Amino acid sequence: MREVLLSCLLINVREEIPGEEMKNLSKWLMIIAAVILWGAFLFPIWNIDLRAPQYPEGLGLRIWVNQITGQKEGDLNLINNLNHYIGMKTIHPESIPELKVMPYIIVIFSVLGIAFGLFNRKWLKAFWLVLLLLVLSYGLYDYYLWGYDYGHNLNPKAPIKIPGMTYQPPLLGTKQLLNMNAKSVPGIGTYIITFSILLAATSTYLDFKKEKKN
Amino acid sequence: MKHIKLIVSLFAVVIVGIILFNCSGSGESASAEDAAKRTYVKPGSYDEFYAFMSGGFNGQLSVYGLPSGRMFKNISVFSQNPETGYGYSEETKGMLMTSYGFIPWDDAHHPVLSKTNGEQDGRWIFINGNNTPRVARIDLSTFETAEIIEIPNSAGNHGSPFLTENTEYVVASTRFSLPIPNKDVPIASYKENFKGTVSFISVDNKSGDMKVAFQILVPGLNYDLAHAGKGPSHGWAFFTSYNSEQANALLEINASQNDKDFIAAVNWKKAEEYVKAGKAQKVSAEYYNNLYNEETHSAESKKMNDVLVLDPKNCPGMIYYIPTPKSPHGVDVDPSGEYIVAGGKLSTVIPVHSFEKMIKAIEEKKFDGEFGGIPILKYDAVVAGEVENPGLGPLHTEFDGKGYAYTSAFLSSEIVKWKIGTWEVVDRIPTYYSIGHLMIPGGDSRKPHGKYVVALNKITKDRYLPTGPEITQSAQLYDISGDKMQLLLDFPTIGEPHYAQAIPADLLMKNSKKIYPIENNKNKYAVRGEKDARVERNGNEVHVYISATRSHFKPDNIEGVRVGDKVYWHVTNLEQDWDIPHGFTVKGLNNSELLVMPGQTKTIVWTPTKAGIYPFYCTDFCSALHQEMQGYVRVSDAGSSVKLSFN
Repeated sequence: MREVLLSCLLINVREEIPGEEMKNLSKWLMIIAAVILWGAFLFPIWNIDLRAPQYPEGLGLRIWVNQITGQKEGDLNLINNLNHYIGMKTIHPESIPELKVMPYIIVIFSVLGIAFGLFNRKWLKAFWLVLLLLVLSYGLYDYYLWGYDYGHNLNPKAPIKIPGMTYQPPLLGTKQLLNMNAKSVPGIGTYIITFSILLAATSTYLDFKKEKKN
Repeated sequence: MKHIKLIVSLFAVVIVGIILFNCSGSGESASAEDAAKRTYVKPGSYDEFYAFMSGGFNGQLSVYGLPSGRMFKNISVFSQNPETGYGYSEETKGMLMTSYGFIPWDDAHHPVLSKTNGEQDGRWIFINGNNTPRVARIDLSTFETAEIIEIPNSAGNHGSPFLTENTEYVVASTRFSLPIPNKDVPIASYKENFKGTVSFISVDNKSGDMKVAFQILVPGLNYDLAHAGKGPSHGWAFFTSYNSEQANALLEINASQNDKDFIAAVNWKKAEEYVKAGKAQKVSAEYYNNLYNEETHSAESKKMNDVLVLDPKNCPGMIYYIPTPKSPHGVDVDPSGEYIVAGGKLSTVIPVHSFEKMIKAIEEKKFDGEFGGIPILKYDAVVAGEVENPGLGPLHTEFDGKGYAYTSAFLSSEIVKWKIGTWEVVDRIPTYYSIGHLMIPGGDSRKPHGKYVVALNKITKDRYLPTGPEITQSAQLYDISGDKMQLLLDFPTIGEPHYAQAIPADLLMKNSKKIYPIENNKNKYAVRGEKDARVERNGNEVHVYISATRSHFKPDNIEGVRVGDKVYWHVTNLEQDWDIPHGFTVKGLNNSELLVMPGQTKTIVWTPTKAGIYPFYCTDFCSALHQEMQGYVRVSDAGSSVKLSFN
């Protein structure tokens, strides 16, 4: 994956681009990167898909920057209902603070990104990138903690108790949880953020490359 | 241009990422290529087996053919059927009488075929009514309900109607414990006041007549399912129970806490001895026994007033508890009679108890305390083995007679095949979806016909064309003649196909009646020929003795009926020809229609409320002149002087 990504970048940048035009390009890449962050509001950032023999039509959760919904209408209630058999806590999106904070983070990064793009200062851009990556990493860690909590802190009075069994959904990939096969993958929102990071990284890379040349 | 290229290639990277993340395959089992051939029954040919599938909450029992999955008949048992008049006609209303009055419905779960020496004999099939505790016996020469008996001191007759080896007894247990006798107490006094019963209903070997022979008072638990022993274990019956916590609210949590619940092992031969020795107490209890007489074509409802009850306290050695993991559901005895398989629905293994070890443990007094005065046997002293990795939510087990057992797993929605003795899982196959019971023809008997297994599913989802929120119920047929199970056929069923039993067709079809001989018709209101057809008035009751034969009624013009009269239409079908029923209805009949078999008499009551002319006609297309098979009845005002007349 990383190799594919790097080779793509290298192929394109190996071609010669004149100085002024390059500066312009790097500026606009950064601005576009910051603007498309808004796209993260339009799509879920993470998908948890559950498959079980009884649910051929699928069942799933969609995690957005500001809400959690079902893959289909009613899925969230259904999942909460099913989870009571194994004693898992119910998911109440309105009581998850992260969902209130995340939208501000996206907006702040977008605004900062546009500003840094306009200034077109490579260190500002690099700072933006590193900060965003840190925030995202923390976000992923935080998500893991939520999953851990839901999967491990089970009601000891649950009807179904299997010694040693926990129900933490995988962070990435698939895992069999009793009759449910849980698949956790990034949503389009995350791909948009990734795309934004790639654009910003390219912009910063061009700046540093240009300086080296000069 | 170059910039666009750059952005496009970055975008491409993201797309590749999406594809990489989302590609994880899932396996789907292939079905046999020649499945169609193996389930195809050529037009005009017969199926190999009769299958009797309960309709669950429709209260009926339907008859199918295997391997085709074609449905032949829906037998009216606990529910009224306006198609035939069952439960509406004067003759059949009595079948649905209970101590709670006339009950037009029940929840029918387990059809069980009668047995001799532990093998199917094709005489009767029994089925339980859960809600208002009842057991019905269906005659397999007429495929009609012959008897319904109410069970006193019971609630939720779920663990029923399992049979002893020679159909000596139908056993029944109470899903809901209750105060016995029932009385007004606080629900929270469950532990103190609530009790269960296990009942033994004797079956007359010749006539099939049922009688509640005796009941055993047991601690207040939820008794779930049952099976009687066979071969060496003949003389014993086994009843699963859950809720050893004795919870009375939110059972899904509160009754799921203990690691082990109990199977009650009852030595019914010993219980018989105690009854003979006068140890049973005669307790007053009101319940009904409704018997259908094939010659009068009428039900006779008898109110019973007492029942014999045995208390284990006074009957040592009659009942033991076998600890069994996590809310066991089904309890199934293998064809040899040695192994007792429990479906611990919340358990991670299937425990299999040994009858021989159980007897030894009783002899050596290997007890682990007692519960409500009943000795608890030591689990390790009774268990023969545990089937590991049996699927999630194991419920029921049937046997193929070749050394294998087949267990349904509800949660993982599959059938798991395992070997008796080694307890190893040898094969598994998905069901669509959420299998409850499963059925092998003769799979609960000493001689299974292990060719097919039928999955009785709880959920259908996307298997058929959708029909709005309520979609079809479904069963699935699997071939088990080889090492690997193979799915052959999905087929829809009516009602919930809760449990089913199947029997080789040649055992039944030779006994199937074609008509009721008219000379044996002893119905008080029958006409044995057209010359007897007449109309009589008795106060405000008008009795119409009407005959039906192709293609007319006799009489077919009736005058002198008045508003306020109660008109009894006694319809006799004079035909003696196979498959020529006649139907009967009259305009504005605020009751059901009648479908009358050849040689049969049925009565429906009509109370006309307005003067005028009312046509009546035959509803079952009987002949080329079926449309001519009609008549008129003239209804006059209450005080009218029109004379009663007919042609």
